[in-house]
Amino acid sequence: MFGLNKKDTTFLLIVIGLTLFTPILMQPFAEGSGLAQFNGGYPDLMQKVAIFGIFAVGFNILFGLTGYLSFGHAAFLGIGSYSAVWMFKLLTMNVIPGILLAMIVSGLFAAAIGYVSLRRSGIYFSILTLAFAQMCYKMAYSVLTPLTNGETGLQLALDDPRILDKAIEGSSLPVTNIFGLAMNSTYKLEVMNHVFTFSVGFYFCAVIAILAFYVAIRLFRSPFGMMLRAVKSNQHRMNYTGLDPKPYTLAAFVISGMYAGLAGGLLAAMDPLAGADRMLWTASGEVVIMTILGGAGTLMGPVLGAGVIKYLENIFSKINETVLHSWFHWLPDGIEDVVVWVFARFTGEGWHLTLGVTFMLVVTFLPGGLIQGLGHIRDRFKNGKKKRDKYDDPDPDHHPAPTKRVAGE
Amino acid sequence: METILLQLLNGLDKGSAYALIALGLTLIFGTLGVVNFAHGAIFMIGAFCAVTLSRIFSISFETVDPTKLDFLGNPAKIKTPYVEAWFGADAGAWMIDWAVPLAILFSIPIMIAVGWAMERGLIKHFYKRPHADQILVTFGLAIVLQEIIKYFYGANPISTPAPDAFRGSFDFGAALGFDPNVIIYPYWRLIYFGFAAVVIGAVFSFLRFTTFGMVVRAGMADRETVGLLGINIDRKFTIMFGLAAAVAGMAGVMYAPILSPNYHMGMDFLVLSFVVVVVGGMGSLPGAVAAGFLLGILESFSSMNEIKSIIPGIDQIIIYVVAIIILLTRPRGLMGKKGVMED
Repeated sequence: MFGLNKKDTTFLLIVIGLTLFTPILMQPFAEGSGLAQFNGGYPDLMQKVAIFGIFAVGFNILFGLTGYLSFGHAAFLGIGSYSAVWMFKLLTMNVIPGILLAMIVSGLFAAAIGYVSLRRSGIYFSILTLAFAQMCYKMAYSVLTPLTNGETGLQLALDDPRILDKAIEGSSLPVTNIFGLAMNSTYKLEVMNHVFTFSVGFYFCAVIAILAFYVAIRLFRSPFGMMLRAVKSNQHRMNYTGLDPKPYTLAAFVISGMYAGLAGGLLAAMDPLAGADRMLWTASGEVVIMTILGGAGTLMGPVLGAGVIKYLENIFSKINETVLHSWFHWLPDGIEDVVVWVFARFTGEGWHLTLGVTFMLVVTFLPGGLIQGLGHIRDRFKNGKKKRDKYDDPDPDHHPAPTKRVAGE
Repeated sequence: METILLQLLNGLDKGSAYALIALGLTLIFGTLGVVNFAHGAIFMIGAFCAVTLSRIFSISFETVDPTKLDFLGNPAKIKTPYVEAWFGADAGAWMIDWAVPLAILFSIPIMIAVGWAMERGLIKHFYKRPHADQILVTFGLAIVLQEIIKYFYGANPISTPAPDAFRGSFDFGAALGFDPNVIIYPYWRLIYFGFAAVVIGAVFSFLRFTTFGMVVRAGMADRETVGLLGINIDRKFTIMFGLAAAVAGMAGVMYAPILSPNYHMGMDFLVLSFVVVVVGGMGSLPGAVAAGFLLGILESFSSMNEIKSIIPGIDQIIIYVVAIIILLTRPRGLMGKKGVMED
């Protein structure tokens, strides 16, 4: 179905199911119970997970397949946001043209930046993309202030032209919508003390995320995807076969830039505001972290990584010392204080510390990301515990089994 | 002429900081082949060494002086720093005043220990891994170090003044025969430049004129052969990592009076220092130093009003523009060697 083989179709259907039921799945705890703060089923968080999922999937097309580590992808996210907000200001509050423009503009930027940066590889490529992103960031703050509104960030205003929309009545700003359906409208469903929030914004993001994910699957399975993998494994060999890797990598760069632009456009569609800090290099680092944490080069990994990071970010930032004290009140007083102190360093304000530590642990011990970790666990269940040696690696390309020694050799 | 000279001087102190950090990065890269994204954090830790020492020196105890009254009519409490009580009032006051330069001595063992711990504890395991993994793990480490410092010192910049003796400015214009008050340059920045020159000179002569340096240079050229000759090159390289950390740390200590230390200053400098390293040529020490000064000076020239009126905003992006142009025209950087980081 959809031009996929059976296994991929099942996979895609599972992903679609999981995405559409996210508002229920991320709300497993009853309202008012002690665990209610772990519920992630509110629209703001779910939208972010979907949007950053798209961003990470796009980044993975470049990094996971071709191995080119871009440290400046957030620039495209920011460019996407700016173009979408301009579309809201000038044309209409309907999000479709805004998102399309975001993809086109960021695609153009990606083509220009990619054309220059892809002339080098390895660490030089990372530094070049980083330099371009920092340049965009600094320019958004200084020279381009008429376009970006500098430090304040680009916002909607009452006197924007909005050619296609009717004139606004009253003095409130219009909201982003899709053919009249407002993005921030929600429907609350209460079942057995559980409150499920279904919002238009989330479902809009979810549908686009599924489409983006589908495109990514097709890309991974296509001959084009095979070429990108060839770029990663050995460019010289590719050259000898008579293939030029440049157009392929540039195409991958542009595609992943457009994914980033799409994510930026969606961010603006959810909240019509664009600021330059979206382009800061730490934001570029964040998408790298998401991709690696989930598992670079896998389909599901980046989405998983984006989900885990955004969920933990929201939940961990909410936990403060009072909450911790209520958790550990059963411990003896002295120990309680110590435990609370330790945990408090990693939660609330200290969320970044958790992020850094997790990141180091994952890169050191699980270079394949969470997907690899899940794979290990599955193997453990399937095959039971068995002694592993280094020839057990299920990767015959890079770790061929040793040839049998023949007597008399 | 005056303005050109002034901008040249302005570029020197920033250029010195870039050059020192880039020198450390290049040392690590040249010896261990590791791309260290945590180097900016080391610079930041150095700056906080200065903050720590000046805080330690000003720890004081209170005594009640019954002869004097404060504004409420109670006997006045007088705070006396411990250093003044132990070493006498004059020596104590001098130590508090000179906390920043003294922090250099204080920082060297700390930075070498930090560098050693980083190399043995973490980076050692990443020699055989791809450069992307090295970048990522050191990036994670940088976040962790930054958050630790933020926890202990808070998020606000902490101003750390230079000693009183260097607080004024030097009137270059008068000394060189121009009009007075045209080219004024703070003493501390002058000292920073001199300090950077001394450190850079020391590192170069250490590598050039000592047996240890000779072995390290040989190891940079061909690690395996040096190992085959029976020299424990790993141990030497670990020491070089500590040395590189000490260089970055000292650069941070001395920079504290120029820019009040805050927890993200390392990241700000790191991006620029990487650009500097790449412009100078990966693995080339003279290249790193030259590119550091070059970019620092270019940055200050482009912030002149005359130039800004021609190309607005150029001062913000000049470094990146130069980096892009150089990487595209001279792919190996200004002084890069063939075969380093080319895949």
